[in-house]
Amino acid sequence: MRLDLLSRLNAERAARRAAILVTDVESGEQRLVLEMEVGSDPLAQELQGGLRQGKSGFVERDGRRYFLTVQAPPVKVIVIGAVHISQALAPMAKGLDLDVTIVDPRTAFATPERFPDVPVVAEWPDVVLPDLGIDRYTALVALTHDPKIDDPALTAALRSDSFYIGALGSRKTHERRVQRLTESGFTEADIARIHAPIGLDIGAVSPAEIALSIMAEIVASLRKERRRST
Amino acid sequence: MLSTDMDILKTAEDWRRGGRGVAIATVVETWGSAPRPVGSHLVIDEDTNFLGSVSGGCVEGAVITEALDVIADGRPRMIEFGVADETAWQVGLSCGGRISVYVERVD
Repeated sequence: MRLDLLSRLNAERAARRAAILVTDVESGEQRLVLEMEVGSDPLAQELQGGLRQGKSGFVERDGRRYFLTVQAPPVKVIVIGAVHISQALAPMAKGLDLDVTIVDPRTAFATPERFPDVPVVAEWPDVVLPDLGIDRYTALVALTHDPKIDDPALTAALRSDSFYIGALGSRKTHERRVQRLTESGFTEADIARIHAPIGLDIGAVSPAEIALSIMAEIVASLRKERRRST
Repeated sequence: MLSTDMDILKTAEDWRRGGRGVAIATVVETWGSAPRPVGSHLVIDEDTNFLGSVSGGCVEGAVITEALDVIADGRPRMIEFGVADETAWQVGLSCGGRISVYVERVD
């Protein structure tokens, strides 16, 4: 691989843009196709398939085999609430190679001391979310228990194609949340995108266990095509 | 350090910019119960430092040996591992899977 191709591939990933490295394994010839160039590439159809599935693999065209190294942007997790569970969740998300950002307008909670290794934004979700950008590679987790903070974040997530939306709270809390979201115009199908009660049912008790159940649910959503059961 | 696919390729770039001979090994095909998915990377430098994985640790040694040849002559190679292939390689995947690994030099 030419060093300049490798650098561009790394730069695209850092900029959260998809890219595909096409390798002719017979000749060793390679080229990098950026997300915006996919449509005009001779292998457009194959590349689009690769991007959609986010999977690397061989494709064949005119008797030649090409290996596609498909690089999707790193998955992002936006956590609303700089709370105890978030303190446990942030290092887990980092360890799983996810880009995590904590958002909480309460400045007593949103401090770098409480979250030494991840970006913390002491701001209201509706102010900061447009800048953070929620795309199909983004999970949003609402953990404040406070509708004033959680609801605007959930609203933004429901209007995006975020692959995972989760909200902390008991069934009762969620019933009231469903009511509020319905009143603001969301359909039953929209609201059904919210995982609530949040997290896989592993009987979690401590903040770290709840964080683990949430992370497991995020991974399960990300890898749902591979799951043996649903 | 925990190595993710992201820092594996970043490391390859950094090592090369630092003047080292570097090869990238990529899992390009798997059959059966292969331990690492297609697209997984292992990067190797001329002093056999390495990062990442192409299996659960079964064939990395052989890939590293091959990578040193690739770094030396610059010719990319496709290597197959697995229980079905007894001719060329003594190492096999203990899990019974089969994998193809493409090894190329960073130029």
